[in-house]
Amino acid sequence: MSGNRLKGELKALEGDNAVAEAMRQINPDVVAAYPITPQTEIVMTFSEFVANGLVDTEFLAVESEHAALSACIGAALAGARALTATCGPGLALMWEMLWIASSWRLPIIMNVVNRAFSSPLNILCSHDDAMGSRDAGWIQLYAESQQEAYDNTLQAVRIAEHPDILLPVMCCLDGFVLGHTLEPVEVLPDEVVKEWAGTYNPCYSLLDIDHPVTYGAADFTDYYFEHKRPQWEAMERAPKVILDIGEEFGKVTGRYYHLVDSYRLDDADVAVVVLGATSGAVRVAVDRLRKNGIKAGMLKLRCFRPFPAQQVVQALQGKKAVAILERVAFFGAEASPVFLEVATAFYLRGVSTKLINYTYGLGGRDTVPGQICGVFQDLIDITQTGKTEPIFRYLGLRDF
Amino acid sequence: MSDRLRGKMPEKGWKELPIRGLIIEPGNSVNYETGSWRALRPIINLEKCPHCMFCWLFCPDGSIIVKNSQVTGVDLRYCKGCGICAVECPRQVITMVEEAEVAKETNVW
Repeated sequence: MSGNRLKGELKALEGDNAVAEAMRQINPDVVAAYPITPQTEIVMTFSEFVANGLVDTEFLAVESEHAALSACIGAALAGARALTATCGPGLALMWEMLWIASSWRLPIIMNVVNRAFSSPLNILCSHDDAMGSRDAGWIQLYAESQQEAYDNTLQAVRIAEHPDILLPVMCCLDGFVLGHTLEPVEVLPDEVVKEWAGTYNPCYSLLDIDHPVTYGAADFTDYYFEHKRPQWEAMERAPKVILDIGEEFGKVTGRYYHLVDSYRLDDADVAVVVLGATSGAVRVAVDRLRKNGIKAGMLKLRCFRPFPAQQVVQALQGKKAVAILERVAFFGAEASPVFLEVATAFYLRGVSTKLINYTYGLGGRDTVPGQICGVFQDLIDITQTGKTEPIFRYLGLRDF
Repeated sequence: MSDRLRGKMPEKGWKELPIRGLIIEPGNSVNYETGSWRALRPIINLEKCPHCMFCWLFCPDGSIIVKNSQVTGVDLRYCKGCGICAVECPRQVITMVEEAEVAKETNVW
């Protein structure tokens, strides 16, 4: 922690309002969004800021999420700093445009207030939406708290617009769990955010009529492949930039950000890997177990795209057993996405730690520390029996 | 890919390309010869052509060659064989012929 860290104003904010507050302070050129539960309060609150003249933003109340992201893409091509927000079905409707935003290297910032996919109809939290779009070329950050949702939004602007990156950034916060619950959030002074965010200087702009360029030309067999290749390059450069900006943010606020965060992990025998709001419940479980002399620890993924494979392996190698907790209902693979990433990272580095995978909390179901303690107990059993089957497990399911 | 399909523009590597697939040099479509896309070739019967310029006006690729206000032929480096000229020709003096047939006659392939 920095000695001369800046003291912001402590406000009681729901996650959605914390995001809206960050957006107000960033004062983007364009916000195009369509309200959808549980993201609605971001759009609602931000549109009030617009109506009250608190921002200079051109706010576009569009007819769909496809249009929302399309409008942001157009605005970003024109050289504007463009932000939006959505969740679940809205993100699904943006699907086509997600890929266009990233392949056009547009630094659009989008908060995703995670919501489960229907059916059955559900408006509560799963990570299906963001996890489903994990390969769309967006950087993905996940928040544990309302504070992190606010801080991630501020950092995302700098990450996305960094000349080495120029990729859109998706900032995820668990629907309702973070989006609609009040927590104290330290809000920076407006002028500090203004200086932090700076001005976006686009490398090309549709409005730069002195230097006209052609956007959106067709590519067939001759150039499509070559035009995709730089996206890998930008993604590979992202970890360093995310770390640098997390460090710089720490110097301003005292809150330092990394790709992954460890909790009581160094001497742990068994560990849980988790992302998003459930990290809080895992911390409580770890503390309880530590009181009983059980060496439990947590690895929280703040950044899922790009996947910080090196950092994950460094943090987890040597553990006797690791459980990866995921809030998705994805079908057909041997395990869920984070597990597959961790397993790949381990395999490629010759690490053979025992891994199991839990799906939990679907459709907003609470996942409490007692259940996480059960996961740790399962891990301890594995360390004693050496038996990991079944690899894929259900946490909090009425399994009868 | 064959040279015929590729056109004659030298192919750049990914490191040489502008971001976003942008085209930053105006007018460079002249370097991109799309004639290889053509399946049907327009043959103009110049003896009956009234030189009304309908084909020149409608051609989406600027492939109708005009000299001294007279239509003289089709620039096959760019003509994609869309057939708009043949449809629009008021005297119907443009015929679309299968490239394969032309090739047989001219022994191009």
